[in-house]
Amino acid sequence: MYPATFEYFAPTTLEEALEILDRHEGEAKVLAGGQSLIPLMKLRFAAPRALVDINGLEGLNTLAEEGGGLRIGALVRHKTCERSELLRGRFGVLAAAAPVISDPIVRNLGTVCGSLAHADPQGDWGSVMLAVGADVEARGPGGTRTIPIEDFFQGPFTTALEPTEVITEVRIRDPGPDSGGTYLKLERKVGDFATVGAAIHISFENGTVGRAGIALTGVGPSSLKATAAEEALAGRKLDKEAITTAARLAAESAEARDDVRGSAEYKRSVARVFVERGLRAASEGRSHD
Amino acid sequence: MTDVVQERVTTRTVTVTVNGETRAAEVESRLLLAHFLRQTLGLTGTHLGCDTTSCGACTVLLDGVPVKSCTVFAVQANGREVTTVEGLQQGAQLHPIQEAFREEHGLQCGFCTPGMMLTATALLKENPDPTDEEIRWALSGNICRCTGYQNIVKAVHHAATKLAGEGR
Repeated sequence: MYPATFEYFAPTTLEEALEILDRHEGEAKVLAGGQSLIPLMKLRFAAPRALVDINGLEGLNTLAEEGGGLRIGALVRHKTCERSELLRGRFGVLAAAAPVISDPIVRNLGTVCGSLAHADPQGDWGSVMLAVGADVEARGPGGTRTIPIEDFFQGPFTTALEPTEVITEVRIRDPGPDSGGTYLKLERKVGDFATVGAAIHISFENGTVGRAGIALTGVGPSSLKATAAEEALAGRKLDKEAITTAARLAAESAEARDDVRGSAEYKRSVARVFVERGLRAASEGRSHD
Repeated sequence: MTDVVQERVTTRTVTVTVNGETRAAEVESRLLLAHFLRQTLGLTGTHLGCDTTSCGACTVLLDGVPVKSCTVFAVQANGREVTTVEGLQQGAQLHPIQEAFREEHGLQCGFCTPGMMLTATALLKENPDPTDEEIRWALSGNICRCTGYQNIVKAVHHAATKLAGEGR
């Protein structure tokens, strides 16, 4: 399969990259890992007139803790996250998700920020970010702006990002000292998209739930924040009853549809079980189920 | 407007070190690395299986890292090193991973084998004595449509032993 013709640019500075994007007035795409964009171009679902390869840019490889939170630069690969000790513990939802993104070879090239920009409704990172709490940093012709992840996804493959903007990094907010989470994913085979995924994050305060983050993959037009379930948990002790209620509410919020991966009813059921398991794992202080 | 289209530069000269040899060619930006290797350079050992980033048959090493060459543009390899299955063999001497696949019958039809061997080579470089689980995990992006996985895992273990014996 051959993509449509495009002009290829390999800028060496961010300013240069932004200038090229600006010049193409929304008809250029940013190329980072390319593991979602190139398949789309091969199928001609995407046919940008120009590609701006940002792999040669300096300073986008940062993966570091800062101010209690975490910075993930635009060129940080899934594989780097999979191997990073930084993601364990408080950022357990990220640590659990990284090794189940696509397959090992795709993880060598694919990036976290690229995955967010692509906004596949079945992408895992979107749910992870909604659960843990994060902000997308974007640079455009007008300067830098911060987009809260809650405002970032606007629908399938649609984000708040302007075509002339580049994500420079995603910043995970400080989850607090007593926090953890996990990601559970059902897939038919390695490399397949999630039939259902559940991202769970809990920040504890004095033994009760300070903030609960619950988001679902594969059961909506984009990653779905299970707000009712989150609110039901806030301020409560994470006991069996609270967990059962939250899992039920999360499953009810799922906008599951019948498809080749399963019936809507099945997916809702899996969502309930995953949220229950994830919350139980969090209550037992473990990052994995 | 057609005159604008014609102004666009849609080809590039790329210089890639393939299996230790510097190769330069003018290519279309949209040319995939897999096609560059197979058609431009005639290195047909890299197989295109699914063409949808799923099967891993087209896996090559880009600066030592396994990538699916059907999902990388040739222009992205400019100035970098690519290793294909043709680069494993040294003269008449098969690479230990190749010997191991032969001796353990780690292939049936052989179509997925180049990708399997390259992914396994990268694994063994990083983890010289992997467990069954680690081998299966590392190879989980490479599909064997004949389902000959048992012997593939055995072959990787066998290669690990050979490489350890050679002190590599």
